[in-house]
Amino acid sequence: MLSPVILIPAILNGLLTGAVYALIALGLTLIYGVLHIINFAHGALLSAAMFAAFFAFHQFGLDPYVAAFLLAPAFFAFGYALQRLVIGPASHGDDRNMLLVTLGIAIVVENALLYAFRADTRTIDVPYAFQTIDFGVAFLAVPRVIGFAAAFAVALLLWVIMNLTDAGKAIRAVAKEKLGAELVGIDVAHIYAMTFGLGTACVAVAACLLIPTYYVNPNVGDAFVLVAFTIVVLGGMGSVPGALIGGLIVGVVESLSGLFLGESLGQIGIFLIFIAVLLVRPNGLFGAKA
Amino acid sequence: MSDHRVPFSRRKFLASTALGAAAAAGSLAMPSILRAQGAGVKVGILHPVSGALSYSGQQSRLGATMAVEEINAAGGIKGLGKIDVVLGDAQSTSEGGTAEVEKMNSAGVACIVGGYASNICLATTQAAARYDLPYIVDVGVTDAIVTRGLKNTFRFGPGFGVIAKTALANLVAINDKAGKPAKTVMIVHEDSAFGSGLAKLLNTQLPAQGFQVLETIPHPTPTRDFNNVVLKIKAAAPDIVIPADYYNEYVLLARTMQQQKVRPKAAIYSVLGGAASSYKFVKEFPEAAQYIMDCNHWFDPRNPKAQALKKKVEAKGQFFTYEVYLNYCCVGLLADALERANSTDRAKITEALASSTWSGHIMPYGPTKFVNGQNQGAAPANTQVQGHDIQVILPEAFASAKPVYPLPKA
Repeated sequence: MLSPVILIPAILNGLLTGAVYALIALGLTLIYGVLHIINFAHGALLSAAMFAAFFAFHQFGLDPYVAAFLLAPAFFAFGYALQRLVIGPASHGDDRNMLLVTLGIAIVVENALLYAFRADTRTIDVPYAFQTIDFGVAFLAVPRVIGFAAAFAVALLLWVIMNLTDAGKAIRAVAKEKLGAELVGIDVAHIYAMTFGLGTACVAVAACLLIPTYYVNPNVGDAFVLVAFTIVVLGGMGSVPGALIGGLIVGVVESLSGLFLGESLGQIGIFLIFIAVLLVRPNGLFGAKA
Repeated sequence: MSDHRVPFSRRKFLASTALGAAAAAGSLAMPSILRAQGAGVKVGILHPVSGALSYSGQQSRLGATMAVEEINAAGGIKGLGKIDVVLGDAQSTSEGGTAEVEKMNSAGVACIVGGYASNICLATTQAAARYDLPYIVDVGVTDAIVTRGLKNTFRFGPGFGVIAKTALANLVAINDKAGKPAKTVMIVHEDSAFGSGLAKLLNTQLPAQGFQVLETIPHPTPTRDFNNVVLKIKAAAPDIVIPADYYNEYVLLARTMQQQKVRPKAAIYSVLGGAASSYKFVKEFPEAAQYIMDCNHWFDPRNPKAQALKKKVEAKGQFFTYEVYLNYCCVGLLADALERANSTDRAKITEALASSTWSGHIMPYGPTKFVNGQNQGAAPANTQVQGHDIQVILPEAFASAKPVYPLPKA
């Protein structure tokens, strides 16, 4: 059972899946780090983005990896508008209200998708979906390797934005000290919306990376967002490197527990980790002390 | 004191009430006279046309509605009129199926055909039984469907007791004939009623036939990643892999095996493989499908009606899958029962189904004969993908090719 012939490919597959999980968690942790809200609409937005990628492929023959370059800015704008026009005004400055508003948005988006596309599970068939790269120890699927690389590229881009641009500086300032940021002339409402937009753009990219090998239905986001919550808790709320490392760990754990406990019970390992982290290290691996 | 009461004799009273009663009876009798002349009969067609099983559900619906169209074009049911279809979507869940049964019952259907998946059929037949509503199961192979003593439930196709027995006997026959190259087996199955039940059955029966079951791997429906499963197959290196999954998962498993260059020594031998005997699979992924064997529902290729239906389905741009012809036959079975019952009364239809000896179908079964709701003649056939076609390899009586076994070296 512990033969390296299957153990190594299983771990590699886990890492590849984990990178995409990390990307979804990045969006979530970013929004949490700045707005201090848990965005319940994250899963629904992922479903919406996957549908967008699905239709981009079906209607316009747009390859999902090309569509990512269009969908990321589109979803950035969507996220920006959502925070600026809906979540912000509806919450009246109270974090608890924001939480409930995102929950409401999740319900609206999911049911709108259900109404428009029914409960059908759809897939796209790209020619490279089943191509593999031979790494000697394992055959790795091309779309997953691309997903892995793209997830890291997005994480790097996010790091550059956060650390080297004025917008990034402003985001970090708002995250650290909202009142202080306001006093030095930072438009907090704009920064909130920017952050929400960035988080949503991450989700759009993740959707484009997932669609070649995954399926889409109106509830598909739920499965991912539960995993993403676990990653955010594991890596530390609001921590970008935490989300990345956490994603990879969760991917490997899921793959290995699927291997040993069976596919039906594959996610048990993830939630055992979730409980263990909450018990032993409530701030996560990279979380700052509360 | 004078008496102001209006005189009202016994004669007058009798005359007036008798007239009223006659008038009332006349107006009430009108619709029933119309019905007898053929006001139509409502039939529920219930399948999982959305959700994880949507492909199979839509194929099922196609078969059922094609049969209804043919019957209606020929004038409907003699004495009852045209069939009025009430379509239902079980959304690939048993709860969805039960909800549709409730709706169909309120709509006043005379009978329901369909269900497709075992877990859906288990729930829907039971829900229909509460209203004594006759129910014809199209596919659902779990034997519990017909062993719970439900008087309303009839299954036209074989259950997996019979299928597993036939599959096993045929596997042994094929293996013996080739000089027993295979000894070890691995089972990959979906984890609902259909796959789990089948895996349990195979696990008890395979060892008795001299096969060693190395491992049994369950997975949920839908599953979108079979890498781990295929890695396990690679590590265990069984002679035979037996998959029992629904369509999407079956295709993904076969493609992942091809992708990871994993190939069992002797065969991929499916029992009720969701895709193995599907023309869609063979056309879209001929390499992954090559030489896969299956013990599954199959039409009688010698029957001209079957060939005509195949042409008609293909002319619609659809694939002639077992969902299509099983449902087509189930509607035919119902039409025969309705005609003999000559009524939309549920009890009479149930009775007519129970005493059915219908031979107008296109399956290799012989005339229908129901014992406890199970059609006794129903049996599967063994097929193999050879080139770009699906050949029947057993039973020999209507085989169109010889089995390629064990697998030729890659």
